[in-house]
Amino acid sequence: MKLLKKSIITGTGIPVRGNDIDTDRIIPARFMKVVTFDGLGAYAFYDARFDEKGNPTDHPFNNPVYKNAEILIVNKNFGCGSSREHAPQSLARWGIKGIIGESFAEIFAGNCTAMGIPAVTTDEKSTAELMDLVTNNPDLALTINIEIPEIRIGDKTFPCTIPPSKQAALLNGTWDSTEILLKNKEQILKTAARLPYMGGFSS
Amino acid sequence: MKENLLNKVWNLHKVAELDSGTDQLFIGLHLIHEVTSPQAFAMIRERNLPVLFPERTFATVDHIVPTDDQSRPFKDELAEKMMEALEKNTREYGIRFFDLTTEHQGIVHIVGPELGLTQPGMTIACGDSHTSTHGAFGAIAFGIGTSQIRDILASQTMSIQKPKVRKIEMTGKLPDHVYAKDIILKIIHDLGVNGGLGYAYEYGGDAAAKLSMEERMTICNMSIEGGARVGYFNPDQKTFDYLKGRKFAPEGAAFDNAVSFWKSIASDVDAEYEDTYHLDISHLKPMVTWGINPGQSCSIDETLPLLKSLPEEERETAVKAYSHMGFNEGDPILGKKIQTAFIGSCTNGRISDLRIAAAIVKGKTISSTVRGLVVPGSKSVARQAEAEGLDRIFTEAGFSWRKAGCSMCLAMNADKLRGNEISASSSNRNFIGRQGSPTGRTLLMSPAMVAAAALKGYVTEITL
Ligand code: SF4
Repeated sequence: MKLLKKSIITGTGIPVRGNDIDTDRIIPARFMKVVTFDGLGAYAFYDARFDEKGNPTDHPFNNPVYKNAEILIVNKNFGCGSSREHAPQSLARWGIKGIIGESFAEIFAGNCTAMGIPAVTTDEKSTAELMDLVTNNPDLALTINIEIPEIRIGDKTFPCTIPPSKQAALLNGTWDSTEILLKNKEQILKTAARLPYMGGFSS
Repeated sequence: MKENLLNKVWNLHKVAELDSGTDQLFIGLHLIHEVTSPQAFAMIRERNLPVLFPERTFATVDHIVPTDDQSRPFKDELAEKMMEALEKNTREYGIRFFDLTTEHQGIVHIVGPELGLTQPGMTIACGDSHTSTHGAFGAIAFGIGTSQIRDILASQTMSIQKPKVRKIEMTGKLPDHVYAKDIILKIIHDLGVNGGLGYAYEYGGDAAAKLSMEERMTICNMSIEGGARVGYFNPDQKTFDYLKGRKFAPEGAAFDNAVSFWKSIASDVDAEYEDTYHLDISHLKPMVTWGINPGQSCSIDETLPLLKSLPEEERETAVKAYSHMGFNEGDPILGKKIQTAFIGSCTNGRISDLRIAAAIVKGKTISSTVRGLVVPGSKSVARQAEAEGLDRIFTEAGFSWRKAGCSMCLAMNADKLRGNEISASSSNRNFIGRQGSPTGRTLLMSPAMVAAAALKGYVTEITL
């Protein structure tokens, strides 16, 4: 299967402020009663977007100025909690193609890479500035350059970081890992053979 | 010989180094459930890939099962659909499924250990963040996403970065009415909800050696709430005794061979760690969360923190927490009213948890303003509890005694908080909306504390 190399992501931004936004917030469990990821975009941040009576709140995901946004900007420890890939899937299906934040929970960041969505980190000050820039001018295009790596908005640039393994996976187009793993089939079988429990501890 | 368990197990299971710089790791035991697996099966089907080692994957159903009427088809059509998908996928690919018709069904992290599937020195993965539970046996166990479930089905391996190892050195003796749950809540309180990012937590020290297997599971279970994807204890005689005679544990001579292997993978006495954190458990008190993440907790004799006393970066979340919870800084945690009491989950739904809670409510009745729910973690826990008469103690006290599943831990079935109810809960997450009502509120605590709170209708000290 043909894999997509990702080096530059461009789009307008959408800020979602707050630390420790967990995956239950990103997609409440009741919307996970599905056997495919299709259609999950409608439920992204659902309980933050609608109040008890179902009235829309002022959450950025409800704000028409961000309707076509593709780059999400968040604060610390984004995506903590449950391992559900439904969370990045719902963001992706809403239209998000890249995420900038101060820090990400590990399983969430891994899920993003596995889907080909870069999650890059910036420091607190840059994040705050990026959020303000996007809030004041939602039409400004943002670019995440994964190779350098850096973020560009208007005539400003901000340094960002991405773990080297995730950077390599996105740049080489090897973020869809199944095929790559299966290339080492012989070593897989060899490893299995040396594990004492695979043979039922018979010797 | 300065290796810790993580390094030894990692090296043994490392298949290759990948171009991306991560390791390709062989997964000895893959556990699946109905919520995170269907899309993974769809992906391998789409690519026409077989399951490479179907005998190394085991399935159970837990998140969506009703805990009252379990007859099929389920009343909830979506739940029924998910159940059917798992039935079809396991049948088609030759995977063992402990479904509702078997005697082994239960929460995935309770079923693995109780069947002896979970063993020291293994790598274990499951599309569920609380897979860290299995580390109690000296396995390296972690939660994964759906794309990685696909990878493991297809190749029995996954791409992963090796974590650093932090030793959590525990000393002292656990005071009365203080439990494993309080230890882990305290660790998360001290190190923070993201303090463990990039780390595996190795729990050790004299106090760790004294903990039972079930207590170890409670602690490893919540490692992920502190940001550590992996938490583990070194295997010891307690581990071996627990495993002996279990359905999937080796028998006879093979068991002895297994024990030698299990001993060999334990951390060396002079093993090296990235860093060490010390905790004297002798002065611990029961812990209760007051906020919207598991790090926002205090001991029962404390008052809720003043915003100005918190580090700058924690204030914003604390403000949000107080507004969601309807609490004020400086409030005592004792006396906070509850409307629901939930005993269960993969953190505290094992037989020892039910025994402790039953001892507290025995011969008493819960407050008329409290709805109490006891949900055993597995069918086997339920059978044992019923054999000991614990179910009757609970029902006589006014609790409802349910069938095994995740239930109100995440409320994907019909068990949900209503409106802005406050729940005293033995589960692991107090995130906004976690227990099924967007405005619902959760106070995490030990099962003993939940039982005590249920009797009084508010957070209170444990009395027997
Ligand atoms: S009991 Fe709760 S935390 Fe454990 S597996 Fe079920 S939903 Fe997840």
